[in-house]
Amino acid sequence: MNLFNFQPGHEGYYGEYGGAYIPEILWSTIEELKTALKNAKADPDFWQEYISLMQSYSCRPTPISYLENLSRELGGAQLYVKREDLNHTGSHKANNVMGQGLLTKRLGKTRVIAETGAGQHGVATATMAARFGFECVIYMGTEDVARQRPNVFWMEQLGATVVPVTDGSQTLKDAINEAMRDWVTNYPTTHYVLGTACGTHPFPEMVAWFQSLIGTEAREQMLSQYGSMPDKVFACVGGGSNALGLFQGFLDDESVELVGVEAGGKGLDSGAHATRLTSREGSVGVAQGYKTYFLQNNDGQMLHTHSISAGLDYIGVSPILSHLKQTGRIRFEAATDNEVIEALKLVMKKEGLIPALESAHAFARAIQEAPALPKHTKLLINQSGRGDKDIFTVADAIRDENWEHFIQGKAKDYESRNIYS
Amino acid sequence: MNLETYIRNRLKQKPIGTMTHVIAGYPSFDDNLTALRLMKKYNVDLVEIQMPFSEPTADGPVFVKANQEALKNGITVDHYFDFMKQASQEFDFPILMMGYYNTALKLGHKNFIQRLKNAGGAGFILPDLPLEEQNGLFDTAASNELSPILLVAPTTPDERLNAIGKAANGFVYVVARSGVTGDHTAFNKQFETYIQRCRNAIKLPLAVGFGVSQKKDIEYLTGKADIAIIGTALLRAWEYGKAEALEEFLDGLLGNG
Ligand SMILES: Cc1ncc(COP(=O)(O)O)c(C=O)c1O
Repeated sequence: MNLFNFQPGHEGYYGEYGGAYIPEILWSTIEELKTALKNAKADPDFWQEYISLMQSYSCRPTPISYLENLSRELGGAQLYVKREDLNHTGSHKANNVMGQGLLTKRLGKTRVIAETGAGQHGVATATMAARFGFECVIYMGTEDVARQRPNVFWMEQLGATVVPVTDGSQTLKDAINEAMRDWVTNYPTTHYVLGTACGTHPFPEMVAWFQSLIGTEAREQMLSQYGSMPDKVFACVGGGSNALGLFQGFLDDESVELVGVEAGGKGLDSGAHATRLTSREGSVGVAQGYKTYFLQNNDGQMLHTHSISAGLDYIGVSPILSHLKQTGRIRFEAATDNEVIEALKLVMKKEGLIPALESAHAFARAIQEAPALPKHTKLLINQSGRGDKDIFTVADAIRDENWEHFIQGKAKDYESRNIYS
Repeated sequence: MNLETYIRNRLKQKPIGTMTHVIAGYPSFDDNLTALRLMKKYNVDLVEIQMPFSEPTADGPVFVKANQEALKNGITVDHYFDFMKQASQEFDFPILMMGYYNTALKLGHKNFIQRLKNAGGAGFILPDLPLEEQNGLFDTAASNELSPILLVAPTTPDERLNAIGKAANGFVYVVARSGVTGDHTAFNKQFETYIQRCRNAIKLPLAVGFGVSQKKDIEYLTGKADIAIIGTALLRAWEYGKAEALEEFLDGLLGNG
């Protein structure tokens, strides 16, 4: 299946989703980006340079781990995990940013901007900018700045400027709006490093392309190391980049079921979730440059979203995923905040893995389905990131008193300035 | 009367026309009405009424906040068209819907055009809907005698200026510079080359907006453009001192003194 074989007159469309709903001022910049992407795709040296960079800088190929203990505990299918958490900066976001960094060099631009929710994409972009010598500005909603301070700290140490965004719901979508405003002003020098497979054409194509190495590796590893293809593949879905990255390796293998897991938040009927494809509140709209399913009301105003994981807390979803839902190639499910915390605890105790809260959505669903499946069934889960960044959120969710005391003690130290003596 | 003819007739009486802007429901519909009455008093030629949107990517901070506050006030599409109807009954200047494409998409193209028509609107400006994505909306508009107003930018190549000029109706919105609404524009030689490119490629009247905020901007544009579009500067004046400040500002901008 070639997703990017666009019909004449439908460039950038996946079925009826996608497109380029951009202000006129960006038209020529987008044309320039489309050309650069096309040339890069046609140039085997570009991909080779990208792969070499990821091998020497970001631990690729990432392994697949077999979860023997957890599989035994669940008593059904066998669980395998693609370890994107082992990337530099701790998530699959590194793949996309390094690819876009190479493209930025080709474009001759010297400044990069990005939005970030969880801060993972922001940190990844900041490392890339440091390595390539680009000026770097990261837009981040004030609510996310508050809940992801460690990542803000690292972005700043890496030399990036972090701009808190106070508009709207002060989360990821507002950071994207602000990044777009920067881009319409500074496009001659600036590339917008969008963090997921969303936004105006050609971003969904470009991000999905850079992430496709996850699936290419995974398919090969399952066959060579574990003797057969997986039966089902699970990935969490925020904007959709880690899911598309892994799923692309198996799109043509019809026996492989692909399962995307959205953030069910406090439940699909709670009004506090981020499920665009699995809830009734998602409908087709156009915002932030593209057409897809959005969480919006009947007037087309976007709704507030909620998830325990900042990285899944977003109104839209990749147009490629909307299309593959419609064709039936991908099944979409949701996992709630509570299910995610339970899954995280189980995976930590049984396997010593610490998945990011985002990735724990994929684990939660696989863990739910595994017991009823025959023992020879293989489930492959994408661990899109590591959970270290979530220490504050997880400590709160499991109400760890020792952690609370530690923070209180730390606060007292700061007050009396002991910390600096 | 069609929009282009209206504009050409107005331009027989003055060297340059003006288009002004309000955001529906911000600070309130009553305030909008007060502002529109002042605009009438100063004889503006066209008015855009913006439908607030939750993701106003093309707008600068002043309008972003206004969009947000209007939505917080509970403004819906129904309120919007009711207000437009009221305004088009009271005022004789043509009123344009300004907003983001999602409003039209969610209503459905036919329904959107019908509602706009029933409310007495003359056309629409959707800055996030480029030519290539309009998907039949312009034909639906044309068969209801509504004008799609398209935007061009300094980065638009000549060939595309041509195509946009052909697809648009009424006039073309010439975005004066890069960036979002609200910042100042330095009108210079580069702009002159740009507006000349627009003239060569586009037969419709040209309206210049983004950063037009002072009398000297309008004087500069006279003879180069057909309409000066004033947006953020008006809202800034309102925020500074409500109706009184707005009137003072309009007087400085458009008064005879
Ligand atoms: C670890 C991790 N997983 C998943 C996501 C969700 O993004 P996407 O759906 O594009 O993979 C994020 C986003 O920040 C993330 O940090």
